[in-house]
Amino acid sequence: MNFDLTDNQKLVRDMVRDFAEKELKEKAVEIDKTQEFPWDILKKMAELGLLGIVVPEEYGGAGMDFISLAIAVEEISRACASTGVIVAVNNSLTAYPIEHWGNEDQKKKYLPLLCKGEKIGAFGLTEPNAGSDAGSIESTARLEGDYYILNGTKRFITNGGEAGIFVVFALTNKELKHKGISAFIVEDGSEGFSKGKHEELMGIRATANCELIFEDCKVPKENLLGEEGMGFKIALGTIDVSRIDIGAQAVGISQGALEEAIKYSKERKQFGKPICEFEFIQGMIADMATKINAARLLVLRAAYIKDKGEKRFSLESAMAKWYASEVAVDVTRQSCQVHGGYGYTKDYPVERMFRDSKIMELYEGTSEIQKIVIARSLLR
Amino acid sequence: MNIAVCIKRVPETAEAAVNIDSSEKHIIPDQLVFDINEADNYALEEALLLREKTEGDITLFTVGSKESDEVIKMGLAKGATRGVRITPENLDNLDAYAVAKLLAEQVKEGNFDLILTGCISSDVGNSQVGVTLAELLGIPHATLVIKMGIEDGFATVQRELEGGLLEELKIKLPALFTIQTGINEPRYASILGIKRAAQKELRVIENITAEGMKAEVVKMYYPPVGKMAEILEGGVEEVSGKLCEILKGKGLL
Repeated sequence: MNFDLTDNQKLVRDMVRDFAEKELKEKAVEIDKTQEFPWDILKKMAELGLLGIVVPEEYGGAGMDFISLAIAVEEISRACASTGVIVAVNNSLTAYPIEHWGNEDQKKKYLPLLCKGEKIGAFGLTEPNAGSDAGSIESTARLEGDYYILNGTKRFITNGGEAGIFVVFALTNKELKHKGISAFIVEDGSEGFSKGKHEELMGIRATANCELIFEDCKVPKENLLGEEGMGFKIALGTIDVSRIDIGAQAVGISQGALEEAIKYSKERKQFGKPICEFEFIQGMIADMATKINAARLLVLRAAYIKDKGEKRFSLESAMAKWYASEVAVDVTRQSCQVHGGYGYTKDYPVERMFRDSKIMELYEGTSEIQKIVIARSLLR
Repeated sequence: MNIAVCIKRVPETAEAAVNIDSSEKHIIPDQLVFDINEADNYALEEALLLREKTEGDITLFTVGSKESDEVIKMGLAKGATRGVRITPENLDNLDAYAVAKLLAEQVKEGNFDLILTGCISSDVGNSQVGVTLAELLGIPHATLVIKMGIEDGFATVQRELEGGLLEELKIKLPALFTIQTGINEPRYASILGIKRAAQKELRVIENITAEGMKAEVVKMYYPPVGKMAEILEGGVEEVSGKLCEILKGKGLL
């Protein structure tokens, strides 16, 4: 049993923390207001290897482990939750399925673009009528000559408005239901592909969340990911991985909120002393710190199991994602409470962190879906 | 061109509460975050920039505990060639002269064309190690360098003087320069760099005793809280004017 990070993992943490402190903390305030997608930051991150952390070096990535990816997402999210999820989606929802299920040509063509930040990735699964029930998607794809013709609408797509490479799911065989789902790599600019409504979100506001519209969209047949009918398996396998990073994002937001609470409670004086000397405040800080520690351990353990590669980790990644999400909402709420009335203003970052945290319980599977995954795994 | 860079791991104390231990000679490190000394980070970056233009190695030196490996490794991840950590048995009681002497013994073996240090450490702030090291090595030095160029065995360096005045010096190599913050924009290590760093040499020199200390810390303490108050007299405008002047004078406005 060993809880220590390796030297390399520690260096990744220190580097990303330093980067996030200097480059992201102020930017987070600005892009929360403007909803501007942080391209300038992403270019810098690409140079540091943060957009393809687990992608093998031969495809332009850094070839590191999933623990390092989780650490990086946590540290980025500690400063800016929007940037945290943009990076997570690029790494684990786009590069990962292409790297894991793609053929050599697909990997050579698309992974370097994603790693270098020349194109950002997005994941098109959710539809207006298929959220938690992801197997019920209605988008279709039919093979005509050298192309698959895609029709349908995707909803709530993180990075959607700015992404250049999409992993999109559509039915190639309706009769087979979820077993008839296939996955495709779709490039922005494909004929018949357009971006729809931009969603104005409560939190993670700089993530270019939008609708994707496919109207007889032509996708070259060589862009089928895996084989026809493998789509649902690819989707679930990908989400198992990305849930670790959403958990890491939640831990990062929580850690940021805790640090703000500690700082404020030492500065703010009431009744003649800093409020950190009051037991109610101390209780909140102890509660926040302990829950964050537990959430982080769940996240890192899920990443550790993935790195070992010996067994499925759906259970562990669902536990990590669920618990860390609930902790994020709880901790950011408590951090606002420590700040009193000031925590309800935009003068302090906890107001944004509180808003950013809510999505954690919703995307990559709601908390309720995580519990179903966990329970099914145990009751099998 | 072979470059040596001397770096130091220091606590970040700008926003942290610093407590002193019961010996009254050391701070308590537990709750503090440590990093490379700020000025040393600029010195390292200057070496990396120079190496991009010329061939050669960059060797990092530090005097410190095992924890100092962190800053050496980050330096290696940014592109330095190798690192040397010197850990004498009496590490806790070194003065600037002893540190310079430990460094000199190792650095002199390396046949370096250029030695860079930060201009000041953010913890004890002596600004002594660099210049003492140059003296011990018998090479010229310049302090507070804000610009540097190398050509035909000479360095041209700019120094910042008081009152906005600049001084340009031409100095024959080998030489030592203490680098001022702001001279460049220090890079971040890339993840690939971090991976590569694991293969690089980090030599550890232990089981030695530093000698030649000339100063000893007797006590560290916070000054007693003062009770002086200046009462400003006059009308609102006059008083607020005076207050603004005082705040400006202290650099707070």
